[in-house]
Order: sequence, then structure tokens, then C-alpha cells
Amino acid sequence: MKFLLIMNVNPKVLDALTEEEQNAIGAGHGELLKELAATGEMIASQALADPSTSVTVKAVDGVPTPTDGPFVEAKEFIGGYYLVDVENRERAVELATKIPDARIPGLGIEVRQVMFDAGAEM
Amino acid sequence: MNGVEDALRTAAPRVLGALTRRYGDFAACEDAVQEALLEASRAWGAGGPPDNPNGWVYRVAARRMVDRIRGDEARRRREETAASRELPVEAPEHDDTVTLLFLCCHPALTPASQIALTLRAVGGLSTAEIANAFLVPEATMGPRISRAKAKLVGARFAEPPAEERPQRLRTVLRVLYLIFNEGYTASAGRRLQRRDLAVEAIRLTRTLRDALGDDGEATGLLSLMLLTEARSAAREAADGALIPLDEQDRSLWDRELIAEGTRLVENAMLTSELGPYQLQAAIAALHVEPGDAADTDWEQIAVLYRILNRLDPAPVVTLNRAVAIGMSQGPQAGLDLLRQLEKPLARHHRFHAVRGFLLDRAGRSDAARDAFRTAARLTASLPERRYLRRRADSL
Repeated sequence: MKFLLIMNVNPKVLDALTEEEQNAIGAGHGELLKELAATGEMIASQALADPSTSVTVKAVDGVPTPTDGPFVEAKEFIGGYYLVDVENRERAVELATKIPDARIPGLGIEVRQVMFDAGAEM
Repeated sequence: MNGVEDALRTAAPRVLGALTRRYGDFAACEDAVQEALLEASRAWGAGGPPDNPNGWVYRVAARRMVDRIRGDEARRRREETAASRELPVEAPEHDDTVTLLFLCCHPALTPASQIALTLRAVGGLSTAEIANAFLVPEATMGPRISRAKAKLVGARFAEPPAEERPQRLRTVLRVLYLIFNEGYTASAGRRLQRRDLAVEAIRLTRTLRDALGDDGEATGLLSLMLLTEARSAAREAADGALIPLDEQDRSLWDRELIAEGTRLVENAMLTSELGPYQLQAAIAALHVEPGDAADTDWEQIAVLYRILNRLDPAPVVTLNRAVAIGMSQGPQAGLDLLRQLEKPLARHHRFHAVRGFLLDRAGRSDAARDAFRTAARLTASLPERRYLRRRADSL
């Protein structure tokens, strides 16, 4: 089963972290990346640029139109993700608890299953 | 499968078995066989397989093993042993497929690893092919297989002791069934490589069953696969939409597979101890009996599900029984049975789909529509979601 582990970040919370805390987060991601590569569960992981640099394309009078800024004005944004292929939902949640962000109040990991192109007879 | 591929897949477990018996190191032997299969597919490509394909692959794989041993020894600055110099020439006659299946489905491995290793070591598929079939990058599948092999270091290359055998055989059958399902539920048009998994699972189960002789559950599983595969051409519309059993064009069903599957399960139930796969196969056989969907013997199906639930209790079995009860005794009887599943299956899309189906038959369209919508939200399968939304919209 494939899951996207979505890292929700609050830039204010991130800015308030000490250098030590930031280094610990970096090291934690490094460890997790190593573990996932060894177990054969890793598909991809990316960190995303700050939402202030985003462009959003939305319909204006039915025409796709680009506007500067993120899609929703919110305190939390998607800071990055892990795409993993795991045995079951429990394992996906276990991996999310290993993401260092999960230890910091104000940040959170959302575990969402990826849809697939196969179906059982009904 | 063409002639070359056929020969390669047949050679893989035989050569690997013979090599492991001789050199012991399963992980290294497995690598050597993979390299030999690759070399064979290049060499045989145009002209077809040689007269003795097993012998050909064995010689190349054995040479690789000798090279490896020599390399290791050179690194350790040791003299070559006489054993590593001498090249065996005889082709492997003994078929170790069953021993290999037990090893690849070792309880120390996760199901995903058991599946991957079985396809590679017994099925002769390459890591790239397996990765393709499971829609993950090769860089994900490679470590998964290496890790599985590393976990097997020290495991004996022999069939499990008698007291462990029944449990271990159940694991092997489950792995083969999981491989089949991966292929069978794949959308036929766009996922050709995944469809091959269903064919491969049938081939491996057939080999296992032939090797075991008269095992009722191996026969039951083979029968279940054949009876399910028989409907594959009818279960999907040209646009990839799912077609439910009662709406399928029955002229598209494969009558030969149905005949073979039915014969197998009937014999197994007469001659061996009853088991879950035989029961599921018997149910599948009732679904594909001649006649219309309206002629389906739901009463008999409900009885079989009740026995299955006693042998192998699971909420999903009760769920299927609720459909059969609903069809034979009226939708309200089915809905009554569903009530006990509300808690365990609350987040399971199939529960809500069955509820919608029974509510619809009971004439409660609004409640049915809500149930189908809930089911559509809960499934992670795109074709299932499309189908469930369509059902909701039609009410």
C-alpha cells in the first residue's frame, strides 16, 4: 500500500526553533531516509520551497489564471512529503511517528493513502 | 509467454535448487541464477532456447558461483579449493520448487518480501519486472529483495519439519493467492504487466499442486484462481469501468477454465479434508454455473459462507454471507446480519457497498445512495470509486 506522509509546517514555529533543534530535525530525517532505503519502502521524499514563493493557477471566468501566493491563506503549509510503499496503514503511521517534525508542537504529519488503479469485482 | 521466457521460468527454480544444494549460499546462488537468466535471454533471443535449457543456465550460473568464490578467496589471499575449480556439467533433474517456495515464504519475512522473493527466486522474474508489476521504482524493490535474502542467511535449504509443515504450507498458499490478486484486480487495459502476475501465480500454484500430489487446499487454491481468472475478460468495460458479476456478458467467460476449476474443486472436496480455499472455490464455481445471474444458487452459497466462517472466521466472510442471505431470504435478512459488522467494518468500503446494495433491493433509495457515497469515499481504488459513485448517482 502506498501512503503519502505529508509534513505540515508552520513557518512561525520553524523560525522559532533553535539551531540545535533544527540540526536534530535534519539528523532525524537523515536517519529515516537511510532506514527507508534499506527496508525497500521508500519511493520518494522531497522538501518544498516556502509557500511565499508559490504561484497558484485558478479559474477566473473559466480561464486558468496564475496569481502569486499559495492556494489558501493558512498558518500551516505542506513543507514536504515522504511517498512510501508499506505493508499496511499501521506501518505508515509508525513511520510518521519517526519523522522528527512529529515531536515538535505546532507541526504534524498527515498519513494519506494513495489511490490505485485496480479494483475488486463487486 | 513465449518459448524463451517459458524455458527461463522453468529453469529458474531447478537451477537455483541444484546450485544451492551444491554451494549452500542461497543469496549468492540466487544472484548467480539471475545473472545466468539474463545472459540466457540475450543469447537465446533470436534463435530460441537450446536443446537443454536447464543445463545451459546451470552451467552459466555455476561458473558465476565459481568466479565469485575465486574472487572472495583472492580477496582473502587464499588458495583456490579444488571444489571451486571443478565445473559440474550435468543438468539439474531434481525439481526443488517446493523447497524453494517454503524458503521464500519463510515466516521471518514480511508478506511483501515473501511475494517479491518468490517471484524472483521461484518465478525467475527480474527485479525490474517485479518492480514494474507492483508499480514501484526498481530502487525500492531491489533493497526489499536483498533484505529478504539477508534475513534468510542460516535458514536451512530443506522442507520444514513435519510439525511446522501445515502452517508453513498455508503461508505459501497465501503468498501465491496475494500474487494472483495483485494481478487479477489490476485494470487489464492499462496494466498489462500486472496481469502477468495472475498468470504467473496460476503457473506457480499448478507446479506446487503437481509436486504435492493430492493436497486439498493447494488444489482448492488453483481451482479458485482458475474460476476467477475465467471471468477476467468480462469484468471490465472498454473504458476500464468495473462490471459487477450480475451484469457481466457470460459469453465472454472462459468455459475451459471453468470446467477445469470446477472439476478440481469437486474432486478435492470429495477426497481431502475441507479447507477455506476449497470452500471459496466451491462458491466461485456456483457463481459461474450455466444459466443467468438470476439462476444463481444463493441458498447454497449462504451455506458455504457459513461453513467458511466456522473454519476461518472473518468479518469479510460474514459480509459476503449477508449478500447471499439477502439474495435468498430477502434484503432485510441480509441487513439484519450486517448490523453485527457495523463496528469492525465501519471504515471498510465493502461494508457500505454491501449495505447500499441491500438497501437498494429493499427499495430504500435515499439510504442506499448515502451508503454508496460513503463507500465511494472510503475506497482507495479509482475504478471502485467510479463504480460506486455511478451506483449512487443512478438512485
